[in-house]
Amino acid sequence: MATVSEKDRATQTHPDVRNYGEVNTDILQMLSRPGKWWWVLFGLSVAGIGVLAVSWGLQLIQGIGLSGLNSPVGWGAYITTFVFWVGIAHSGTLISAILFLFRAKWRQSIYRAAEAMTVFAVMTAGLFPLIHLGRAWHAYWLFPYPNQRLLWPNFRSPLVWDVFAVSTYFTVSSLFFLLGLIPDIAAARDQSKKGSLRNRFYTLLSFGWRGTDRQWHHFGKAYLLLAALATPLVLSVHSVVSWDFAMAIVPGWHATIFAPYFVAGAIFSGVAMVITILVPLRKIFGLEKYLTVRHFDAMAKLCLVTGLIVFYAYLTEFFMAWFSGEDPERHVFWNRVFGDYWWATWIMLTCNGLVPIMLWFKRVRHSIAALFTITLFINIGMWFERYVIIVTSLSREYIPFAWAVYRPSVIEMGIVFGTFGWFFFWFLLFIRLLPPVAIAEIKEVLPPPMRPKSKKTKEVAS
Amino acid sequence: MSAAHQGVLASFDYLDATVDSIKSLREKGFDEITAFAPFPEHHIEEALGYKNSPVRLFTLVGGLTGVATGIAFTVFTALDWPLVTGGKPIVSIPAFIVVTFEMAILFGVLFTVVGVFWNMRVPDLKSDVVYDPEFSSGRFGVYVTAPADRLAEAREILESNSPSRLEDDAEAKSHG
Repeated sequence: MATVSEKDRATQTHPDVRNYGEVNTDILQMLSRPGKWWWVLFGLSVAGIGVLAVSWGLQLIQGIGLSGLNSPVGWGAYITTFVFWVGIAHSGTLISAILFLFRAKWRQSIYRAAEAMTVFAVMTAGLFPLIHLGRAWHAYWLFPYPNQRLLWPNFRSPLVWDVFAVSTYFTVSSLFFLLGLIPDIAAARDQSKKGSLRNRFYTLLSFGWRGTDRQWHHFGKAYLLLAALATPLVLSVHSVVSWDFAMAIVPGWHATIFAPYFVAGAIFSGVAMVITILVPLRKIFGLEKYLTVRHFDAMAKLCLVTGLIVFYAYLTEFFMAWFSGEDPERHVFWNRVFGDYWWATWIMLTCNGLVPIMLWFKRVRHSIAALFTITLFINIGMWFERYVIIVTSLSREYIPFAWAVYRPSVIEMGIVFGTFGWFFFWFLLFIRLLPPVAIAEIKEVLPPPMRPKSKKTKEVAS
Repeated sequence: MSAAHQGVLASFDYLDATVDSIKSLREKGFDEITAFAPFPEHHIEEALGYKNSPVRLFTLVGGLTGVATGIAFTVFTALDWPLVTGGKPIVSIPAFIVVTFEMAILFGVLFTVVGVFWNMRVPDLKSDVVYDPEFSSGRFGVYVTAPADRLAEAREILESNSPSRLEDDAEAKSHG
């Protein structure tokens, strides 16, 4: 690659990457050397899956009574965690599809990991409807199929919309992820030893990709079209999730603001999770050249903007509860802040409203350690946001006689913590098997190699 | 490809050398060109004179199929067993739009993926192809086939742009 002046370097996205070959070497080495920290984290994830298996196993054998769910709070920690993981998924599609359409120059090095996070987060979220069913072996009843009595699902129900939205989202994000991986898998194929197990695996998954003009041409078009389809999809999915609540007349749920409020919350929590995951990834694999402070700064700004929308939505909810003049509505919101679940609400308000204020400061946005800490708070806060919305409303509906306080049982907590193991298990396997940073796309933002000037003039002269 | 054709594959370190070779080859009437690149490079596409990709038609057809499927499925299943819930009409269009929308996206994406695989001519795992493993790393490539008597001319054009590697392909095996 031609040498670049200091001034040119400052305008580049990855000033420390010298040439295309270096990108392949740096990214593909992640696939060969896992290192001790990878094994530690992998061990913890497997232990988490163990906790999940035992807790869920007990619940399957003894029944849903092992959870704290009962009348009137029939949706608790499971649905909370379902919404949490679906929300986490959203930023992956935002970064890979929406920022692609906006031609954001900082998405290239982060989008692959974010997209993988999307796929695995939806896989994790998908467990919860099954867990929540109790009798998980009847889960196929969710899907419309011609059964014996030709009974079909009620398409007026938001829960059925959710089945369609989440399963479409999983299919689409997986296909988008796998299609984007093809050129990079071909790169891994070309660098692995001929005939080795890895080589055969990559050969199969690369579908015979050679990087010809024809392939790139159609690939580029398809990628653009998929991004254009994924963009409205991602906005619809969390809107549909929010309508699971908003379509019911439960006080605290029945609000028109829910769809945009949930979508903003999803992206807020998702971007926070991307930062939480990328910080250790960058450290363990030495990816400082690719995940620069500039990238973290951009993600932090995205976090800040969506965080402000979320906080504005909180305030709107409280205002509208008062402004509606409805007693049950007013009571539910008063009860959120000062009732049985005051602690959950204050965790939510502190983590999602107060802590992100720090992101206004450039010094904070440029400190990787500070960002890591702040995003951990946001992750916790966003879990509690869903907990507050779901549980406080259900525990105090219209009939005071039916009010009750819900506490998650040990089994529920085991399952909730266990799914983090399940999520990170897949994510850690991914970074060992598939290129976790988009090799081909980073090359798009590197200056292209041109013939050294002197040689070119000589050729023209001759 | 007729048997009289022969091919030559050149690997380049520089983008401008690649683009110049393609342009010179096309000027001299060589049309059977395949270019290789480690990432989507629009200069190469322009030099080869690409226009729109037919993949978008797959997407359109898929999306419309999805809309039709979504409407048909929700309406016919509702009419198949008319059961009033929540005081809503049997055919509740606003509610059915959600499912129809998701189906449109789902079918649009599935058709797009089929379309792109079809147009990229993959999967193609076993084919005997000309290739340089460096194409997925840092090098660009130009592969050209021509009748045996004109090949020397094509070779000359490629050589004038100082390729880092030049490989003859007597059987003119494949274009991408």
